[in-house]
Amino acid sequence: MSEVKLMKGNEAIAEAAILAGADAYFGYPITPQSEVIEYLMVERPEDRTGMVVLQAESEIAAINMVYGAAGTGKKVMTSSSSPGVSLKQEGISYIAGSELPCVIVNVVRGGPGLGTIQPSQADYFQSTKGGGHGDYRLLVLAPASVQEMADFVDLSFELAFKYRNPVMILSDGVIGQMMEKVIMPKQKTRLTNEEIIEQYGDWATTGKPKTRERNIITSLELDPYRQEAHNHKLQAKYKKMEENEVRYEMINCNDADYVIVAYGSSARIAQKTMEMARKKGIKVGIFRLITLFPFPMKEINALADKVKGFLAVEMSAGQMIEDVRLAINGKVPAEHYGRYGGVIHSPEEVLEALEQKIIGG
Amino acid sequence: MDVKEIIKPENLVYKKTKLMTDAPLSYCPGCGHGTAHRITMEVVEEMGIWEDTIGVAPVGCSVLAYDFMNIDMTQAAHGRAPAVATGIKRVWPNKYVFTYQGDGDLAAIGGNETIHACNRGENIVIIFVNNGIYGMTGGQMAPTTLPGMKSSTSPYGRDVKTMGFPLKMTELVAQLPGTHYVTRQAVHTPNAVRKAKKAIRKAFEIQKENKGLAFVEIVSNCNSGWKMEPVDANNWMVDNMFPYFPLGDIKVDGELVK
Ligand SMILES: Cc1ncc(C[n+]2csc(CCOP(=O)(O)OP(=O)(O)O)c2C)c(N)n1
Ligand code: SF4
Ligand SMILES: [Mg+2]
Repeated sequence: MSEVKLMKGNEAIAEAAILAGADAYFGYPITPQSEVIEYLMVERPEDRTGMVVLQAESEIAAINMVYGAAGTGKKVMTSSSSPGVSLKQEGISYIAGSELPCVIVNVVRGGPGLGTIQPSQADYFQSTKGGGHGDYRLLVLAPASVQEMADFVDLSFELAFKYRNPVMILSDGVIGQMMEKVIMPKQKTRLTNEEIIEQYGDWATTGKPKTRERNIITSLELDPYRQEAHNHKLQAKYKKMEENEVRYEMINCNDADYVIVAYGSSARIAQKTMEMARKKGIKVGIFRLITLFPFPMKEINALADKVKGFLAVEMSAGQMIEDVRLAINGKVPAEHYGRYGGVIHSPEEVLEALEQKIIGG
Repeated sequence: MDVKEIIKPENLVYKKTKLMTDAPLSYCPGCGHGTAHRITMEVVEEMGIWEDTIGVAPVGCSVLAYDFMNIDMTQAAHGRAPAVATGIKRVWPNKYVFTYQGDGDLAAIGGNETIHACNRGENIVIIFVNNGIYGMTGGQMAPTTLPGMKSSTSPYGRDVKTMGFPLKMTELVAQLPGTHYVTRQAVHTPNAVRKAKKAIRKAFEIQKENKGLAFVEIVSNCNSGWKMEPVDANNWMVDNMFPYFPLGDIKVDGELVK
């Protein structure tokens, strides 16, 4: 039996990286996620598993260290919060373009600009629509509890290597900072250098032995037709993710007249709203997104045949709502509600919005 | 005499290193990049470390270095090669890792990555080809462009009052405790090539001994960007670049020279 621990979301992410058998973490401090690197520095994972931890000189350097190390077949992670993730975008585009696996954590805070250190979910567009330059996608997971912060690290590494694609854990300041009970996964052993060379020898730059052609990590292709062909390959991969990796949770949707679509801490808040609504006799269900990309288009579309309306709740001015509306395709009304700029909506505010914008509207 | 009679082992005076591919070099005739590539690969071959060497290519004319260097390589974003090399070296400390970068890449956009990799004393080799200009993008001003020197973005000559002074990145990183060996070389004459190759060899030997960062600047030409014939470009380099960027060792065994 694994023991139950009380941990902050950020600490859980850090510990889970060690337990997932990660080879390296490169990061740069920023509130509200500095606990990730602080925890790792205290824990000395170098002694526990041989995992490397390095404080880089900037988020730009950190993501490029990730790029370099990921290109050698190692399991690498970085974390930051919104302004820092903006700085990482160039590197993320390179990682996506050259098809490398890695895990990027964004513990979102309010923006734009330096914004606020308070929680936010306003990086949805940046995370799910590309973020950097070019046609690419990240696989994006949204944890709604400290337990999921821990569980999603290993899952993210699995998916990152399965698709050779960067995976983002899109969290927010609430989940990063709050303490909850968590059961940590078991320690996975890190792959040995020999195992890495054997498993990823067809692409990783580990030094060219006589037995194979040389490996090159690059996103450059000067011939536009070949670059287009490479893009086709990327798009086919994203399509596969859409077919196979959609993850979500439906809560009380069977008898629901109205459904709140939410992820992360907004999904937790919506839980309370749902309870309050049901006490009043309003049948509310929750569609909690776990993957933001791929987005559960089909599932929400099917749900739209059975309910009277949707409220998309997000701590933003209305980003996820665009995908919700695409999914529903005009079948029933769908509106956005959310406080933003670092303000967290209350369950009461969400209920009021549901009553005014959807039920009354 | 028939050609076949000449092609005999005893008549062999020069052989291309097997660590250079047969891909035609994309460099302008007379450009120093090709020679800098070759001597780097010769060193890797002579040390017998090619199976354990990982190179990092920059953004600049040498962005395609991985087409020419016959080893595993990673192409880094503009200026980020020292960070990329750090990532590789930290997870494969027993491999040889080097970056190959131009002056725009290393001294402008990548100034921060360069300084910090040097300051951490990463056990990597940095080969820095300084041609005083942005060759690849068509001859714009670089941080190393000389005072008064014309480029497409300093068409009346670099005015140091508004455009700043040429940056001596090599002297700068020599000040940092993390660098073990810092030198400035050239590849415009056979003698200079021999010296530069020796310096690169020394740099890789330092990496072998885990002594810290070894930094080899190669002052080079850009006849296309400078709008000169190759020979004129080399002469101009000797007359104008070398006084500002004097050749020779700047730091040896972790100690500044004199
Ligand atoms: C982020 C980014 N900014 C600008 C460029 C355009 N660019 C490509 S190469 C280059 C300058 C390269 O000059 P240098 O490093 O001196 O190399 P050289 O071509 O002279 O060898 C620039 C500005 C780019 N590719 N990426
Ligand atoms: S543009 Fe300049 S640096 Fe680039 S290949 Fe030509 S001569 Fe060399
Ligand atoms: Mg240059």
